[in-house]
Amino acid sequence: MIGADLSILIPEIVLAVFAMAAMLAAVYTSKDAVAPALTWGTALIFVVMAFYIAVTGEGVRVGFNGGFVDDGFARFAKITILLSAAAILIVGIEFMQKSDLLRFEYPILVTLSVIGMMVMVSSGDLIVLYVGLELQSLALYVIASLRRDSVRSTEAGLKYFILGALSSGLLLYGASLVYGFAGTTQFAGIIETATAGEMPVGLLIGLVFLISGLAFKVSAAPFHMWTPDVYEGAPTPVTALLATAPKVAAVALFARVVHDAFGGAVGEWQQVVALLAVLSMFLGSIAAIGQTDIKRLMAYSSIGHMGFALMGLAAGTEQGVEAMLIYIAIYVTMNIGTFSFILSMEKDGRHVTDISALSSFASREGGKALALLVLMFSLAGVPPLVGFFGKYAVLFAAVEAGMAWLAIAGVIASVIGAYYYLRIVYLMYFGEDREGLDGRMGLVTYAGLMAMAALIALAWLPGLNLLGLEGMAAAAAQTLVR
Amino acid sequence: MTIGLEHYLTVAAALFVIGIFGIFLNRKNVIVILMSIELMLLAVNINLVAFSAFLGDLTGQVFTLFVLTVAAAEAAIGLAILVCFFRNRGTIAVEDVSNMKG
Repeated sequence: MIGADLSILIPEIVLAVFAMAAMLAAVYTSKDAVAPALTWGTALIFVVMAFYIAVTGEGVRVGFNGGFVDDGFARFAKITILLSAAAILIVGIEFMQKSDLLRFEYPILVTLSVIGMMVMVSSGDLIVLYVGLELQSLALYVIASLRRDSVRSTEAGLKYFILGALSSGLLLYGASLVYGFAGTTQFAGIIETATAGEMPVGLLIGLVFLISGLAFKVSAAPFHMWTPDVYEGAPTPVTALLATAPKVAAVALFARVVHDAFGGAVGEWQQVVALLAVLSMFLGSIAAIGQTDIKRLMAYSSIGHMGFALMGLAAGTEQGVEAMLIYIAIYVTMNIGTFSFILSMEKDGRHVTDISALSSFASREGGKALALLVLMFSLAGVPPLVGFFGKYAVLFAAVEAGMAWLAIAGVIASVIGAYYYLRIVYLMYFGEDREGLDGRMGLVTYAGLMAMAALIALAWLPGLNLLGLEGMAAAAAQTLVR
Repeated sequence: MTIGLEHYLTVAAALFVIGIFGIFLNRKNVIVILMSIELMLLAVNINLVAFSAFLGDLTGQVFTLFVLTVAAAEAAIGLAILVCFFRNRGTIAVEDVSNMKG
């Protein structure tokens, strides 16, 4: 009985045991000297677990009295989370070694945070949701202030902590109201109350609080204010992590809550999510224009992209969830590539994040400039690159769901947003010639950049069909929306 | 007068709002923010226990225990980050947490 329950949890258990064993081993041996090997090992374990989930997962398995759900949707999100976290760990190693940041705590904390994310996307109960969310967040607060001797990094950690704790409080208050008015914390029970006739007002208020707490975690406007500061202050590999895996987990959790617990009452949350989507898309596009720091720019870019992902969710249909999953997987791929490039931005031996340092970069490093050009065009959504297909999927889903106004708003926002992506390309190719970046890129980071750029540039070709992403996302969405 | 569910909910809502205002209107000290966060979580606990007693269902009290545990971990991590920040900056006044403009 309990054995059947535990077998659903095998990937999480393996990672948790690994994290604890790695902590003991590192403390009792040579501490930071084992950090590079440990980071590679952690990335390897992530990849192995992703394959394990892909190969062994089948059907819908529910364990712990409905508290933990292992379905196609959870598996899709978990595989994306594990692979992106592994990629970020690997491309960040060289940067961290160079800046003397590679402590053994880093891969361990990333592992703990990834366990939290995996619990989040599998949650079938408000308690499990809360514990998973906190495990993820608490580990990330610490990672954000990893550079203990820097004011900016600790300030980023502090701001992230305060606003993260506030969002957990909002979410929890919503959860308590939902529990009170539905009489249960299980999603399967909540949906019965939510769909039986008129929804109680208390449940509706609880839902709004839950959505605002989740919106904080996905950094959707108007709950985005922590994002630019945290992205700018945190060490760059950490920023890369924050922009990828936790975003996947938070968006997937958002979809899980609104569909699993409130799936029958689409009309109640659809407008709220649509409003979040519109605000995020426009804020992400407009506020990014004036930025001079590329990490801050990527923060606003991620706010805008979260708006597009939420647009898929706002459609409230199976097709919408499928579009959202496609979008988020493509977004993560583009961000891994872009951050590989940002990690290598260096001038006179120091890491720089100023956009003006990119001036006339193409005349010196043609290959890397071309890769960044591909990534920027894809982030802007220029066809035929892969980023376009993500945007197309969510816009199409919104139109199909009868929300044409939302799709039109999305198109306008993406046109505005294209400006700042193209400005980077313009600077690289036509900027005035002056002393720019001179750092050498590490081999692994270079491989990461080129692999992601190639994926973005080629995966749309007819023979590749986005590597089957659409089919996988469709199968995942099917298990969530019933 | 009998004390019913709504009285507990009102107290919890008041505490929760005080907690939120404590975070946003406080211009002095980061420690006060940590206390406000704690206040918000305790307001939620009152809510959960009140609902649990009202519904005759134990889940709410189990939830409360989880919230208490996580709140302790959260406070520990918050204070640790605050100590690191103080070592670098030499102050924990809220207006000095402004190296980056948001």
